[in-house]
Amino acid sequence: MASWIAASRCMTDPRSPWVKLRRNPAAIVSTLILVVVALAAIFGPSLLPAGAGEVTRDSFLPPSDQHPFGTDLNGRDLLYRVLLGARISMLVGIAGALVSFVVGIIYGMVAGYVGGQADSVMMRLVDVLYAIPRLIFLLILISALDPLLRRSMETHGLQVLVGYSKIIILILCLGLTEWLTMARIVRGQILSLKSQQFVLAARSIGQSHFNIIFQHLFPNLLGVALVYLTLTVPAVILDESFISFLGVGVQAPLASWGLLLSDAAQVINPLKGYWWLLVFPAIAMSLTLLALNFLGDGLRDALDPRQRR
Amino acid sequence: MLRFVAKRVLGLIVILFCVITITFFLVRLMPGGPFDRERKLPGHIEKQLLAKYKLDGPLSEQYINYLGDLLHGDLRLSTKYRSRSVNEILADSLPVSGLLGGIAFCAATLGGVFLGSLAAAKQHTWIDRNAMLAALFAISLPPFVIGPLLVLIFAIYIPLLPVGGWGNLQSLILPSITLAAPYTAYIARLTRASMLEVLTQDYIRTARAKGLSENAVIYKHALRVAILPVVSFLGPLAANLLTGSIVVESIFSIPGAGGFFVNSVLNRDGFLLAGVVIVYCTLLVFFNLVVDVLYGFLDRRITLYD
Repeated sequence: MASWIAASRCMTDPRSPWVKLRRNPAAIVSTLILVVVALAAIFGPSLLPAGAGEVTRDSFLPPSDQHPFGTDLNGRDLLYRVLLGARISMLVGIAGALVSFVVGIIYGMVAGYVGGQADSVMMRLVDVLYAIPRLIFLLILISALDPLLRRSMETHGLQVLVGYSKIIILILCLGLTEWLTMARIVRGQILSLKSQQFVLAARSIGQSHFNIIFQHLFPNLLGVALVYLTLTVPAVILDESFISFLGVGVQAPLASWGLLLSDAAQVINPLKGYWWLLVFPAIAMSLTLLALNFLGDGLRDALDPRQRR
Repeated sequence: MLRFVAKRVLGLIVILFCVITITFFLVRLMPGGPFDRERKLPGHIEKQLLAKYKLDGPLSEQYINYLGDLLHGDLRLSTKYRSRSVNEILADSLPVSGLLGGIAFCAATLGGVFLGSLAAAKQHTWIDRNAMLAALFAISLPPFVIGPLLVLIFAIYIPLLPVGGWGNLQSLILPSITLAAPYTAYIARLTRASMLEVLTQDYIRTARAKGLSENAVIYKHALRVAILPVVSFLGPLAANLLTGSIVVESIFSIPGAGGFFVNSVLNRDGFLLAGVVIVYCTLLVFFNLVVDVLYGFLDRRITLYD
């Protein structure tokens, strides 16, 4: 009961982040767009007539009643491909951002809390990783881990998953290359938090380091970390599309927005303007990224203590 | 000042050493070698190839030898583009990427700072709102959407500019815009946020009280401090842009160095990979040093002695 009252007060208090967020029209519209995209990604492909994703002989049909987005090089319905792409791009974006969130938070918390020599060694490592071009780091990770995962799946009787091994690898690798900034932010937060009195109080009543980190420090940095998580999702989606654009990521018959745009870029030339191949995936992807960025900005304005007036 | 620079140059050498070591061993950890083909090469030919490209012997020995060659400025032979050395390949392609990246760098910096200060000065007006909306669009659109869209509009439907290629001034325009757009937007957002913070400070009120024009307040007094976060972003930006972008280069068929970042990994071309990484890393650390020195000039409160 008490917690319910506290929650309802939190929902109406004008200083509370939720109220601030609800007063931000861009954030509300973005949330709606994201909900629609998510629903379309989850249910869309199965609502279309069966066989929409099959290869047919009707290649490069312009948009019509039968194919609202037209068809691609292999005669597949582009609407189906875009929805399938939404599914995979969103999945990789969210899961990859979560991986980077977990790694970055743990790394940053340990470095900031332990401090001293360990902290400076850990942060130098982050500096060195920053100095390697991320694309190279990503490609090396993907090409090193992909065959490993595939082989271990085959030997452990997980043949069902083999088709999806690329997606799992993308999630892991994108997460493992995106955590550097998160680690820096979290470490900075911990450094300023750990000198405050509530930490001293917790330590003086004999709480363990583990408890201090997870019960006292973690809730205090969650706001800032969540804001950055929201902004990491579009970054990971963008990275995934980049990798798929280069032909190292998701492979047909699966689809991601990057792969669709890569297909489009290959067939656009002065003689044949197959504009629908570029325009529809581009709209879907940009709308999603725009909504995520708007939502992230809105959350930052609402949650970031530095901006609180 | 001199001690500071010397210390940073020393740091550069340490970071370069770490990065070279990491790339050297990471390439060896990847499955597949540079001479793997559908049909396996006969043993003695493979042996000769490995010897020619100095890939034989124990790994630790190879590593020491490679470091020795690097000290002589020899980046070795590329295993993919046979009979060409990494030095030659980079000497051919880096100037192309550098020119394009340099143009994009100037455009992004000047355009971004101008748009950002304008938006901050006109906060809560339609100029501010539209500029920031456009900036968010430019950040959310990947270059492989902006590039083909520009081609579709300005080269195919309105045939003003060439679709791609390299060699004349017109062919520079579309790629530079594509390359610069997201960074312009990012810098504009950075400038605006920092400018808004600076404009609330006391010395700005003093400047206004002296009766200075609004332009003088913003572009002379406030910008000098508001530009600091932008300046620290310029280091990584320069390193990124000058080494080329594979997406822009492949869309506009430009013979730059961006493609080597990807292809050297895919072809297991270890020495070419190490070459581009060394160039990137050196540029990154060098420009970060330049940024730190610039900081000292822009903000007299910062001293560079520790």
